[in-house]
Amino acid sequence: MKKTATTSETTPKKKKKYTGYFSDIKTNWQLYVLILIPLAYIIVFKYVPMYGARISFIDYKPRLGYMGSEWVGLKHFIRFINSSQFWPLIRNTLAISLYSLAINIPFPILLAVSLNYLKNERFKKTVQMVTYLPHFLSTVIIVSLIQLLFNTQSGIVNNVIQLVTGEKVNILGLSKYFRHLYVWSGVWQSTGWGSIMYISALAGVDPQLHEAAIIDGANKIRRIWHIDLAGILPTVAIMTIMNLGSIISVGFDKTFMMQNPTNLEISEVLSTYEYKIGIGGGIPSYSYPAAIGLMASVVSFLMIMTTNKISKKITEVGLW
Amino acid sequence: MAKRNHLKETRADKAFDVCNVIFATLCLLIILYPVIIVLSSSFSDAKALMAGKVWFLPVKPTVAGYHAVLKHKQVWTGMYNSVIYTAVGTVVSMIVTVMAAYPLSRKDFTIGGPISLLFAFTMWFSGGLIPTYLLVKNLGLFNSRWSLIIPSALSVWNMIIIRTYFQTNVAGEILESAKLDGCDDFRYLLQIAVPLAKPSLAVIALYYMVAYWNVFMSAYLYIQDQRLYPIQIVLREILLLGQVDELNATNAMEESQARLMSELLKYSLVIVASLPMVLIYPMVQKYFVKGIMIGSVKG
Repeated sequence: MKKTATTSETTPKKKKKYTGYFSDIKTNWQLYVLILIPLAYIIVFKYVPMYGARISFIDYKPRLGYMGSEWVGLKHFIRFINSSQFWPLIRNTLAISLYSLAINIPFPILLAVSLNYLKNERFKKTVQMVTYLPHFLSTVIIVSLIQLLFNTQSGIVNNVIQLVTGEKVNILGLSKYFRHLYVWSGVWQSTGWGSIMYISALAGVDPQLHEAAIIDGANKIRRIWHIDLAGILPTVAIMTIMNLGSIISVGFDKTFMMQNPTNLEISEVLSTYEYKIGIGGGIPSYSYPAAIGLMASVVSFLMIMTTNKISKKITEVGLW
Repeated sequence: MAKRNHLKETRADKAFDVCNVIFATLCLLIILYPVIIVLSSSFSDAKALMAGKVWFLPVKPTVAGYHAVLKHKQVWTGMYNSVIYTAVGTVVSMIVTVMAAYPLSRKDFTIGGPISLLFAFTMWFSGGLIPTYLLVKNLGLFNSRWSLIIPSALSVWNMIIIRTYFQTNVAGEILESAKLDGCDDFRYLLQIAVPLAKPSLAVIALYYMVAYWNVFMSAYLYIQDQRLYPIQIVLREILLLGQVDELNATNAMEESQARLMSELLKYSLVIVASLPMVLIYPMVQKYFVKGIMIGSVKG
């Protein structure tokens, strides 16, 4: 299990000497110059908004600014938790993201394993090339594809349904189909791309293990299970932790574009709600939606920390 | 004793291979069929399309849909803007990313550790939509082209991939011998590290290009001037909100004709708008294996 760090953040171990800063600046001053702009960028565009999240604890009035507005503590958080929107939003957000996570983890692995056992190189390359393709399409295009394929007028899916059952189904209009459309279109778009990580992990599996297993008379299915899948487990763990971070922040773009008045009860998630009551509405309000956003950020951060810890215990693999 | 049946496969294994090829073919078809349908539809006659007659190949082939796209002014403004955003954005992003990746790849960069952590933390935690929105507004970027480029100039994830590539492929002895020859860091970076890291840089440049071409949310939040709209905003208006351009029909006949046309246009537009990225990707594909796989697997 050497491949701890498919995506690891920790820099390689080095002999840390916190003494010679000045001599370091002298010899490596050019490195300091280089890092200056990226560092300034990160501070301004990532850390200033983090500080700006204190807007959730005040009653922000543009006129009074950050400092002049009244400090109200947890008022906005309490208001949100007690609001009638709270549970539906949590339910929708979790339902979409957990469903999507549960489906999107196994498929890329399945595809990668399948590709790994294809003997014809050209066929393998073709499948790879084609399955990567949807990754390059934008969210607008994906949502348009859904509409073009599923609409009741010219949509091919409805044409097939009509052939079989004799009548068309308003798939786009009925809220019960929303989650399935969302998740499975995601599978269509990202399975190929998601398999890249696993393909490279599979390439790193020791061939000697396979040879030994063949001698022991293990067939391919058993080898896949005991050697390949066991071998890529660290990668699976890393990818899962990475994906967990997005549980709370369900992709704004796609959800927002797929929303229509009839599916709103299912499709409204935290991020779209935050946008709508904050900036999208007639009169902008900032503090209350920012509190919702901050809550989501904190929860997803805790989620990553927890899964990282669990993963470290079970598979000895973690992000840091 | 030991049966050396590397070449001779068991029946179960042969069955597996057959199933595997079927599975892979199925994946291929599932990905391709929707694409083929949209492509064929875009070349079909609008009436036949609406009657549900397109199953595989174009019906009564015509380029009317593409003709309509060509005439659509908004689409071309959007395309033009997006080309600018993508070109400028990718250049800016690559420069900033390499500027961060190189020092952080150096083991003798004393403050590298804490700074890496500072960067990485932003992948897991963010201030949220509203504070970022207010920041962009306060910086005066609102409704400016820069609002689509500067706030998203650096992706930490991409930076880590390049940094790892530097660490594994462009460090060690090459650096030491260059240093002995009196090469300073700026020169080393520009003349040795960057050329050597070409596979990784090509892939990351592609990532950035795709991101800029496909940008939606920040444009939706920050851009109000129609003349600055990137292609995705225009696409949404036409494809999802169904806004028809210059529908100046004088009678019912023409109006139904125009409606048919606007449906056909959607299919053609999907193809036209996806084409740039789909064409760029094969050019970079040869670098995938070298550029990110090594880069990320070895951590």
